[in-house]
Amino acid sequence: MKKERINVSRREFLIRSTTMGAGFSLGLYLPVSSREALAAGNAAETVATEIPEVNAWVVIKPDDTVIVRIARSEMGQGTLTGLAQLVAEELECDWSKVTTEYPTPGENLARDKVWRSFATGGSQGIRGSHSYVRKGGAVARHMLIEAAANQWNVPMEECSVANSMITHVPSKRTTTYGKVAAAAAELFPPEQIELKDPKDWKLIGKPVKRLDTDDKLNGKQIFGADLTLPGMLNAAIKACPVFGGTLKSFDAKKISKMPGVRKVVRVEDDAVAVVADTWWQAKTALDALPVTWEEGPNAKVSTASIDKMLDEGLTSSDKVFTGNQNGDVNKALKGAVKTVEATYRYPFQNHATMEPMNATARWTQDRCEVWCPTQNGEAALEAAAEAAGLPISKCDVHKLHLGGGFGRRGAFHDFVKQAVAIARQMPATPVKLLWSREEDMSHGHYHPITKCKLIGGLDDKGNLTGLQVRISGQSILASVRPNWLAKNGADMITFQGMLPEGDHAISYTVPNLLVEHAMRNPPVPPGFWRGVNINQNSIYMECFVDELAHTAGQDPLAFRRKLMARHPKSLAVLNAAAEKAGWGKPAGKGVFRGLAVVKTFGSYVAACAEVSVSTEGKLKIHRIVAATDPGYAVNPQQIEAQVEGSFVFGLSALLYGECTIKDGAVEQTNFHNYPSMQIKEMPKVEVIVMPSGGFWGGIGEPTIAVAAPAVLNAIFAATGKRIREFPLKNTDLRA
Amino acid sequence: MAKLKINGKRVDIDVDGATPLLWVLREQLGLTGTKYSCGIGLCGACTVLINGEAVRACIVPVSSVKASQEVITIEGLSADNNHPLQQAWKELDVPQCGYCQSGMIMSAAALLKTNPKPSDADIDAQLTNICRCGTFNRVRRGIHLAAQSNRKGTHKRGGA
Ligand code: FES
Ligand code: FES
Repeated sequence: MKKERINVSRREFLIRSTTMGAGFSLGLYLPVSSREALAAGNAAETVATEIPEVNAWVVIKPDDTVIVRIARSEMGQGTLTGLAQLVAEELECDWSKVTTEYPTPGENLARDKVWRSFATGGSQGIRGSHSYVRKGGAVARHMLIEAAANQWNVPMEECSVANSMITHVPSKRTTTYGKVAAAAAELFPPEQIELKDPKDWKLIGKPVKRLDTDDKLNGKQIFGADLTLPGMLNAAIKACPVFGGTLKSFDAKKISKMPGVRKVVRVEDDAVAVVADTWWQAKTALDALPVTWEEGPNAKVSTASIDKMLDEGLTSSDKVFTGNQNGDVNKALKGAVKTVEATYRYPFQNHATMEPMNATARWTQDRCEVWCPTQNGEAALEAAAEAAGLPISKCDVHKLHLGGGFGRRGAFHDFVKQAVAIARQMPATPVKLLWSREEDMSHGHYHPITKCKLIGGLDDKGNLTGLQVRISGQSILASVRPNWLAKNGADMITFQGMLPEGDHAISYTVPNLLVEHAMRNPPVPPGFWRGVNINQNSIYMECFVDELAHTAGQDPLAFRRKLMARHPKSLAVLNAAAEKAGWGKPAGKGVFRGLAVVKTFGSYVAACAEVSVSTEGKLKIHRIVAATDPGYAVNPQQIEAQVEGSFVFGLSALLYGECTIKDGAVEQTNFHNYPSMQIKEMPKVEVIVMPSGGFWGGIGEPTIAVAAPAVLNAIFAATGKRIREFPLKNTDLRA
Repeated sequence: MAKLKINGKRVDIDVDGATPLLWVLREQLGLTGTKYSCGIGLCGACTVLINGEAVRACIVPVSSVKASQEVITIEGLSADNNHPLQQAWKELDVPQCGYCQSGMIMSAAALLKTNPKPSDADIDAQLTNICRCGTFNRVRRGIHLAAQSNRKGTHKRGGA
């Protein structure tokens, strides 16, 4: 890749100029004290910029502090730091002086979406915005140099720049960004700008420290749940536990005298909330409130009834969509010397972010403000406006750091709508709505449930000749984004990791292949859950390939390699993980290895897991070697952290993650019946980051996909047991 | 009325004695570094020190805390992020979202107090906190690093 030449829109500048007069600042609509409350605790906050911006992405203070504007949300994945690195690389500024702030989605709308997308999901934070944020940095640099050159009355070309310092080379005069920023803000942006050749990057690719750590070490970081505003009240909420049910009645009189209680309110058609001075008072009163529900049409739905629906889909020809097809799979299977058949099942799972859902809202007849942790500020703003009954221009959302997102806080802003619905009933009073863990467990947007039947055919040499994959189960898009469905109604995201090409392509060349999805949508709301559909699809594919290798009597690595000649990048990560783990060499007494390889979210990932299973059936995951090729690696240190974390998320799901349905409601209520992994279960993780360049792949999700299948394949090697239903807590691993 | 000693300061709070210490800290005293996540003593996000011991504040009624007991929250762990654990955490970039980290650090602080050089097994036994982002391996390294710097005596201990 060479230097990239990019056109700059003048429109951007004009919009900026016109809104500048109105006083651009994040804190503009905040009451002063709440701005202070925010400023007291938030790293990615609220610098009320009376200082003119150089452009939408960059503000430089006279003391050379560089404020980089970040549109995507920070939820732990490190994007805030990565995006700042991208801007700073082109800006040529002093990294030690870089801080960040979030523009609000309201400002984005007012400025014709100058910051583009606020959506933070699909591992898109970096790969979806690298080009325009680097451009933002490059344009600002150009304007800063031009401002300096103007002051010295010299041609720009005679100036050089490094570390926020501009030098007029012939005369050796110097100035700093802070000194010329105000003048730069008055200039027109250049018409064209060049982005650096990746080989000249100095900051991109460096393992710099995160920008948001300090406040997370001393309690200063303000998460949504921590926000306090002057005069704020607190709300606790209970929605009908049965999906699709509604609120019938409640007896407010029974609790109206309880300490702190201010009001008991109906929220939309399915929930009731108690508003009190403190949240603990609200929650205590809510627990004592007599409530009756109209359970609606789903009161009889159970895990068993859903399973029946899915079983039917495994063989049905009704509502079946094709995701990938080549050759003639029927013929291939008929002609096979050996066939292997297996059916897998993957359950509903909750995101279980450590910070339960919450939002704070203040509503008046002509303005609605919301403060919340969200993965998508714009979607939160739309939800707020809808619930407020106000035009969007009269609403705004102030993003706070998220105590985890994992997809729960992106597509759904049910918590925002509820908070606004409550605040509407108490005009001009800020109300903070915080869900209890129990509410969070029972009102998720769950990882979808699917089953998968696979049939593979082998010839007399043990070569794979045909593979038929039938997924049966829930479509996320049909429920969440029906407008993203294909014309024929197919949900192509259900085929993640099995598609013919693209970001989620299958890693193998199979001569005769058919991948189908029988769409079966039970009345349990599904959602995007970190990894989306790759979590189960990678288990289906990678465990079944292992089954095929076993039946063929071949080494699982050798068997895979034969199918990967046309997938060199996948092969490279698989080889790297296997080799570093010592595949083919003894793993230690009682320790066995398993492999998995996946392409997803545009990145290539592989893992080799080492496990042992005791005679009592106790599983120990000793070590995992993971390899990732994300194309460009913006911050290898953060990639390592994401890969390590992905194993916790993926293995928690494998070991414990399951929501079951009884009488139309989720049975799990808290971490005692929906456990998550602890440090004692954590394997050693060795991370190989091997960026091959030329493309931008995602980081936050891909590795989750290889966690479960690598461990499952190692368990098979250790015990001879193929586990096809999850989570593992339901399985006896004794020999 | 509850009389408490929090981070070295004496406070009198007008509150129902059944209120969990967690909510007194968060709502009456504005010490929101101590987090709510499960409310039933399972996740460790609300961990504080009472007389040096790690306690899950969400299941401790404030009436059971005596005025003579020293309660230390994350805000009182050090004056300036200079507790060896905070420094090690910074060095290794431990936090991801950060929501569990106050509890994680306070649990680790209690461990180091009784066991200045914990083994991996000691860490496994004491740190039962949940982290959904998955910072466990860095938490472990962070504790070992803090233990090392403690022994070298290069850092001053903070309030804990
Ligand atoms: S909130 Fe106290 S242990 Fe989870
Ligand atoms: S850092 Fe996010 S839950 Fe631990």
